[in-house]
Amino acid sequence: MDVVVENLTKSFGYQKAVDSVSFEVKKGEILGFLGPNGAGKTTTMKIMSCFLFPDYGNIHIGKYSIYKNPYKIKQIIGYLPEHNPLYEEMNVIDFLNFIAQIHNIPHYKILPKVMDMLRTCGLENEKHKTIRELSKGYRQRVGLAQALIHDPEVVILDEPTTGLDPNQIIEIRELIKKIGQEKTVILSSHILAEIEATCDRVLIINKGKIVADGTSAELRNKSNTDRLVKIQIEGGEETDIYNELALLPEIENIISSTKYHFEIQCNREAEIEKKIFELCTQNHWYIKELTPIETRLEDIFRQVTQN
Amino acid sequence: MNTVSILINKELSNSFNSWSIYLGYILFFCICGFFSWLSTDNLFYLGQATMNPVFGVINWTQFFLIPALTMKSIADEKRNGTIELMLTKPVKTADLICGKFFSNLIITTIALLITLPYYFTLSFLGQVDHGAVLLGYFGLIAMSACYISIGIFSSALSRTPVTAFFVSLGIGLCFQFLFGTLAVQIGTGFFADFFSYLSMEEHFDSLSRGILDSRDLVYFGSVVTIFLALSKFFICKSRF
Repeated sequence: MDVVVENLTKSFGYQKAVDSVSFEVKKGEILGFLGPNGAGKTTTMKIMSCFLFPDYGNIHIGKYSIYKNPYKIKQIIGYLPEHNPLYEEMNVIDFLNFIAQIHNIPHYKILPKVMDMLRTCGLENEKHKTIRELSKGYRQRVGLAQALIHDPEVVILDEPTTGLDPNQIIEIRELIKKIGQEKTVILSSHILAEIEATCDRVLIINKGKIVADGTSAELRNKSNTDRLVKIQIEGGEETDIYNELALLPEIENIISSTKYHFEIQCNREAEIEKKIFELCTQNHWYIKELTPIETRLEDIFRQVTQN
Repeated sequence: MNTVSILINKELSNSFNSWSIYLGYILFFCICGFFSWLSTDNLFYLGQATMNPVFGVINWTQFFLIPALTMKSIADEKRNGTIELMLTKPVKTADLICGKFFSNLIITTIALLITLPYYFTLSFLGQVDHGAVLLGYFGLIAMSACYISIGIFSSALSRTPVTAFFVSLGIGLCFQFLFGTLAVQIGTGFFADFFSYLSMEEHFDSLSRGILDSRDLVYFGSVVTIFLALSKFFICKSRF
């Protein structure tokens, strides 16, 4: 089910939390929502889940609008809120049973569904414990289980892997990827590596506005930072190699890191590999290593969110 | 309706899984029993087989215990964030409020049932007007419904249960005591009639005397509806 967000605007007092945000998420796509604290990610997700209503703009989930059909939308979305609120006095199995009932899952399907969720989220050994007794990681799993129990068409997860151990993070990532094959998944996270590993598309939001939108590769290409290349050239004196490299007009900066190793910063359009190769053949040197250093998502994030 | 019954079921099982509800019942039973049978002006001194003094004691005990029962209903959901969980599920705000209201009403009705042994004892001791007792119990349930709706409204207004308790007690005190006193102070005229109509004691008295008047039913129904509607308004307001 497609999600279409149109000119979404929401203010709290005089502060605009979300400012004319528009984007679209297709079925079978995993969208990663990135942004610094207070950027408007959670507010956007709360509006998507019909908890808050926007000042302007609209959201369509499939053919349903948040204004006209909020009840229908709540039936087809699975939402994990940021602070993962749960009824702490209930035990895990009763809580999931209650959520399944609320979602009008037929009575005969409730128990198999609950057991399936307990298995999927690794809660089998904790099912009779009250939620108050659970560790943060297990509570997060209960939160995930309640968001997924009714097999939702659209899954909205606000920082889903907070508090999980590395093994569980990998398991949850795999689960999200599996869900994302057939369903629409929107997730936010502060862990950029997680977004990169899980999401098909990244959307960076800052001060309520979208500042970057595309796949990780697209964002890297769009990024206006220079290209970085790590090279190791041998067959001559290190100072000669350094001096000759520094004379190349395409190279903007050069750092000699360890012996015969250089880090070169150059323009994105420059054919630096060809120039280095020509320089080496002229001087009878040889290239032992040439590795392009990828622009990390962190760099792009910092670039678009820092003014 | 199905959603409301699921919510009532959840609220009741959570309440009865906690020891505090049983403590509340014991406290209620003991306070009512002490003032009805053991205090200096107990039922034996009255020389009449009437439940009216017991109803008076129950009324005042409920007046203090119901705010304690309802103070957590919405304020706790807001503080723990579970209201976000509930309102992003296929649950309407009205369903959530009705679930809280009816579960609390069931809990208070059970508390009233605990006092039935007093009625049975009294009926052995003398001739009791059974109709008046039945209407008296109905009046107590109606009054509980009013105080529960006031409690839920106060809880919807407040961020913490303690604030909700005092707000609820304050509003309740107006209906229980102040409006009646004001009516007596003013004496006659429109405002005296107006405050007299607002006083809960006035409507309960006629029921406990065995008079079923449609104006009393309209009054209790209106108080419940107005405060529950206001609760819904304040919960929805925070979402816009």
